[in-house]
Order: sequence, then C-alpha cells, then structure tokens
Amino acid sequence: MTKFTLPAFPYAQDALEPHISKTTIEFHYGKHHQTYVDNLNKLIVGTEFENSTLEEIVLKSSGGIFNNAAQVWNHTFYWNCLNPKSPLKPEGKLKEAIDKEFGSFEEFKEKFTTASVTLFGSGWAWLVKNQEGKLEIVQTSNAENPMRQGKTPLLVCDVWEHAYYIDQQNRRPAYMEAFWNLVDWKKVEERY
Amino acid sequence: MKRILITLFVFSLIIPFTNLKAQSIEKKNKVSVEERNQFSLMKLPYSLDALEPHISKTTLEYHYGKHHKAYVDNLNRLKKGTEFENATLEEIVLNSKGSIFNNAAQIWNHNLYWNGFTPKSSLKPIGSLKEAIEKEYKTFENFKEKFNSVSMSLFGSGWAWLVKNQEGKLEIVQTSNADNPLRQGLTPIIGCDLWEHSYYIDQKNNRAAYLDAFWKVINWEIAEKNYKK
Repeated sequence: MTKFTLPAFPYAQDALEPHISKTTIEFHYGKHHQTYVDNLNKLIVGTEFENSTLEEIVLKSSGGIFNNAAQVWNHTFYWNCLNPKSPLKPEGKLKEAIDKEFGSFEEFKEKFTTASVTLFGSGWAWLVKNQEGKLEIVQTSNAENPMRQGKTPLLVCDVWEHAYYIDQQNRRPAYMEAFWNLVDWKKVEERY
Repeated sequence: MKRILITLFVFSLIIPFTNLKAQSIEKKNKVSVEERNQFSLMKLPYSLDALEPHISKTTLEYHYGKHHKAYVDNLNRLKKGTEFENATLEEIVLNSKGSIFNNAAQIWNHNLYWNGFTPKSSLKPIGSLKEAIEKEYKTFENFKEKFNSVSMSLFGSGWAWLVKNQEGKLEIVQTSNADNPLRQGLTPIIGCDLWEHSYYIDQKNNRAAYLDAFWKVINWEIAEKNYKK
C-alpha cells in the first residue's frame, strides 16, 4: 500500500524572506500541505488508488481523493517553482519562447499577473506548454490541474488566500510582486 | 447713459454668479442621479470591535472594510452601461452571471452575514425557528454538529447556509465561491462565510476554531426574522 509523505522543503523555511515570511511557510507548508497529504492517505484506503502513484491519482480520480491528491501535487510543484537565489528573468530557449508568444518578458509578467489577480475564489495560475508545444497561461479553480487537459505545467502561482493572507492580507497584487522575486527560472526552463 | 452703464456693470457681476449657481445645482443633480444607481457598503449594526474576542477588530477591518467594500466598488464599476444599471441588488443576484454576479452575490452574502451577528447573542435559537430546528434535527446540538460538518467539508472558497426550502422545511447547504441559495428558490436564514479571508487573521488554517467563534455571535432574533420571511 502506498503511503504518501510530505516532501522535504527544498530550502530553509525562512529562505524566502522578506518576500514570503517563515510564518507563512510554517502554515502553508507545515499545515495546509501536510493536511492534504494526511487526508489523501486516509481517503485512498480500500479504493482503487491504494497502490497508485500521485500522478495517476491526479489524472484519474475525482471528489475528495482528487482534491487532496491534486493539492499535494500542486503544492510540491509550487515550492519547486520558488528559489531565493534565482535569476529574475528567464534565459535561453524559454526566454525565446516567451518573447515569441507574449512579445516580451514584461508583457508575459503582466498577463500572468492579471490571470492570478482576477481568479475568483481559490485556485492557481499556471504557465503551461500545450500539446502543440506552445506556451499558455491558464487559471484553474480550487485543486484543478492542467495535466488533466494534456498540458505540461512549467510554473505555478498559488492564489488560494492562505498563500498570502498572513503576509499581505487582501492584497493579492502585493503577493504577486513578492512571487516574481522568487521564481526559479532555471527550473522553469528545464521543464520547458 | 451712466445709469445704463452702471446697470450693465452690475449685471456683468451678477451673471457669472447666477451661472455658477446654476452650474452647481446641475452638478448636484448629476451627482444624485449617479448616487441613486450606486450601491454603498452597508452600515454595521455594531462597532468594529464589538465581536471580540470571538472575531477580532482586525478581521472586521479587512473583511468588512476591504473585501466587502471591494465587492461594492467592483459592482458599481461593472454594472455601468449594462442591463443591471438600475436593478436592485436582489435582481442582479437572481439574474446575472460572471463578474457582475460574483460581486453582487458577495455583497448580498456579506450583508446577511454581518446582519446575522450580535455581541449579545442568546447562543441558542428562539421562537418558531427553535421549534423548526428541533423538529428537523432533534436537538440544537445535533443541528450545530451537522452545520459544522457541512462547513468543514466545503472545499475551496464558499459558504454554508441554513435555509428554508419551498416546502418550508429547513436544510443545510453549501455553495461555492459567491453562489447564493436564492437562485435555487431557497430562503437563507444563516450564512457562514468559509472563504479563508473570514478566519485567517484570527485562526489561520483552523476553520473549526472559527466555527466555534461563529456560534458565539449569532443573532438568533435576526435568524428568526429571516425564517419567518
């Protein structure tokens, strides 16, 4: 039987300060992410997903199992999109693709920020590569994940209120500014 | 001649003033026409710190002062030039969709939410609602437990509601994001906001602690009034 565990945090919990506080990480990673892992382990007992990988569950399940599995996947991916020592801009082939699709990095940032700020309710904003290899910015609601539409996630921003309420309260645009200081463009490029 | 000149001079002084006065009346009327079509943020029936220690003043400053206010400002902006420009809030909630619906319904939902609180809660239902709750759920404790479990299981942002259905029976329902039971022909009696912004300042991820606080500030007189509607 599969037992999922909370993946180790990829850097120190205060490493994202001053952009994202240690307290936010303690709750967001230590409580929310952990709870999704615990819930998933509880929910899959005795189901067809008992021996599945996380990705299989995300792709095939529904209801409570899907919500918790996808939130485990999304959060692990989110933490791996951030890096306190990252270059502030994409490079190489990814830079070319962004310039080609969105005009410039600044225009891409603006579009991604708009997608993040206008998402109503809880959810995620993503940069993905679609099946034709083209870049797209998509919004998903609650736990939803673009892999289910055959798209490859490259970058994600968590816009559930718990992602920013401790640091920014209602100010989602301020959270977006913090986010742009932390994006790990090297990893985004690798995924591309 | 001199008299005519003086008269002209005097008029030349008065005319700009009368013009100014006319302009200011016109401006005033224009503002009031606009104001008539604008929604404004409801007044709270208590002070911002009145719900402490259950719900903090800081939470109200953000939840009422920022979130609720932003929905009002957004709706006023969005409805300009649409079929909803002169509609009542309830008409918009019942008939719109997309962003206009989201903002209108969030105003309506928050109005019910804030009006449903009091610092001097009886802590228990009263009157005919008390009887209806006991009929439907046996005891108030049992009802609370059911309402809590509906609230705890809502995934994402949304609301939990005690409603009266079209047969007059009580039901506990969940709605996602801004959605409102009026659209299913249900009459809201109590609304519990489960967006994380309702409890994150006071309780962080602990939704259960927020629900404990919630029950301590319910205005059961208002709930009774809503039930009798």
